[in-house]
Amino acid sequence: MSQLTPELERKLMTAVERMPAFPKSVQSILEMTRNINCLPKDLVGVIEKDPVMTMKILRVINSAYYGLPSKIASVGQSVVYLGINTIKNLALSFAAVGILPRFSTTGFDIQRYLLHSLTVAAVARILCEKYARAELDPTDCYIAGLLHDFGKVVFAQFMSVEFMKALASAADFEKPLYLAEQEHIGADHAYVGALLAKRWQFADSLVECIRDHHKEDVEPTAMGDCLRMADIICRKHAFGDAGNPWREEELTRIPARFGDDFEAIVAKVGSLEKIVEDAQSFAQIGTERAA
Amino acid sequence: MKVKMWGVRGSIASPGPKTVRYGGNTTCIEVRSDDDSLIILDAGTGIFPLAQTLLARLPVTANIFITHTHWDHIQGLPFFVPLYIPGNKVRIHGAYDIVSMQGIQQVMDVQMQYSYFPIREAELKAGIEYETLTVGQPVSIGDATVTPVLMNHPVTDLGYRVESNGKAMFFTGDHEPWLNIYKPEDSEYADYQGMMDLRQAELQAAIGKVDLLVCDSAYTMAEYPPKIGWGHGTFDHAFAMAQQVGAKRLVCTHHEPTRSDDDLEKVFAEALSRHPGLPFEVMLAREGLEIEL
Repeated sequence: MSQLTPELERKLMTAVERMPAFPKSVQSILEMTRNINCLPKDLVGVIEKDPVMTMKILRVINSAYYGLPSKIASVGQSVVYLGINTIKNLALSFAAVGILPRFSTTGFDIQRYLLHSLTVAAVARILCEKYARAELDPTDCYIAGLLHDFGKVVFAQFMSVEFMKALASAADFEKPLYLAEQEHIGADHAYVGALLAKRWQFADSLVECIRDHHKEDVEPTAMGDCLRMADIICRKHAFGDAGNPWREEELTRIPARFGDDFEAIVAKVGSLEKIVEDAQSFAQIGTERAA
Repeated sequence: MKVKMWGVRGSIASPGPKTVRYGGNTTCIEVRSDDDSLIILDAGTGIFPLAQTLLARLPVTANIFITHTHWDHIQGLPFFVPLYIPGNKVRIHGAYDIVSMQGIQQVMDVQMQYSYFPIREAELKAGIEYETLTVGQPVSIGDATVTPVLMNHPVTDLGYRVESNGKAMFFTGDHEPWLNIYKPEDSEYADYQGMMDLRQAELQAAIGKVDLLVCDSAYTMAEYPPKIGWGHGTFDHAFAMAQQVGAKRLVCTHHEPTRSDDDLEKVFAEALSRHPGLPFEVMLAREGLEIEL
């Protein structure tokens, strides 16, 4: 489906390796690592809220040098393999790159993007615990939620002119952003996110989940279902939309495993107040709620 | 296969009257396979006296395997005299450093900078090659194979399994058993524990059955708590690992630099007294110790 040239794909790969991370995590990592006794779990807690840092760590741990028997899909698992000191120093090297500006030249708001990614991640994890615990690890769903829209930050950073047109077109013609991206960029964020994840040898299930998260005609998977449902819940409740506003007809896209009673699913997930509060605090959105 | 210890001290070389019996040099182990291929595990200061013995029979072909790049495991490398003699071949193997994003060649680059060492790497006369290893991928050296295994230390640390004609030894490099970074009351505790248990099982499978295990045993149980996370184990940890992998013989190494010979024997005896009837032979590493497998 992609019209990206191999040359452009290569350039994007290289550019993403030098991509800055989010302000709150950079600031927290710099502060925490000044204390030699900082708690490993606190470091992990920060890194796993930052899609850029998480992407970079998974890229490193899944690289061929470690020849690991299975793919590593979480920051916690990376700590078990690499040790907390290596993770700390990696995080510091990511922090040294700098921070993402709140608004890229496209006007894409990365803080709202982060709010969306964090809430979708947390809700996807809960959905997995409640509906698909026997099929996969809820942490895998968290990572899928955190990284599913990563392609958008890549566009905002490195293909800003085309992405700006796509954002404007999606807003003007009230169409899904991914369709506008296909039109103006030649590939959508799901394709580019999956491309990076595949090149960096992430688990196939994660690559496919990112790639297919807007496709209607794919074979349902537990991870895909949880991600899709979490996305619907978060956007319906307006917890950040990452540039893709909620449309009522999306309720028809609820995956079969959850039944068709939206309110019952939301009730089973439970209160989202704490999730949203934590995400807002990390995304530095304060009490403002993305519309 | 023959194994000889040339450096058994951790952290910093510790010469002096109190360390004469066990030795003050930092980590270096010479392994000779049945066809006399030379494999050197780590290049701490112990590699310097080893180098002197090699000069009698030139040219030297040496394969050096670096467990990790902390100073006590590499500092003897610029003093490995065969590097300066034309006709010798030295191949240096080690891990990829993911933080600096460099292969093992940086082990020389970093040490042989103008301000820190008078000779540049380009001035070394031996044929030198570097091989950045992939975890789990065996390397053939004569009639031996060396397999790198990922351990747990504050920098990427490879343990090495050396096998030759049905005999095998494993050196951990520096290693601390995994610790749960969460508290039992944290929601993440059980998941993390599961991942650690899996990792421990993978490690045991990768080490496999060995005739000899040389294991980091830096601390006593009493010393350990404030040093948790420093990347070293205790005598008790080493006993447990030897038992888990069914080792026939265990050599405890990486002695604390402040520990005198008398103290070393005392703490070792104390640890042994708490583990009567260990199903393997166990001893302290000391410079000059030779073991034939």
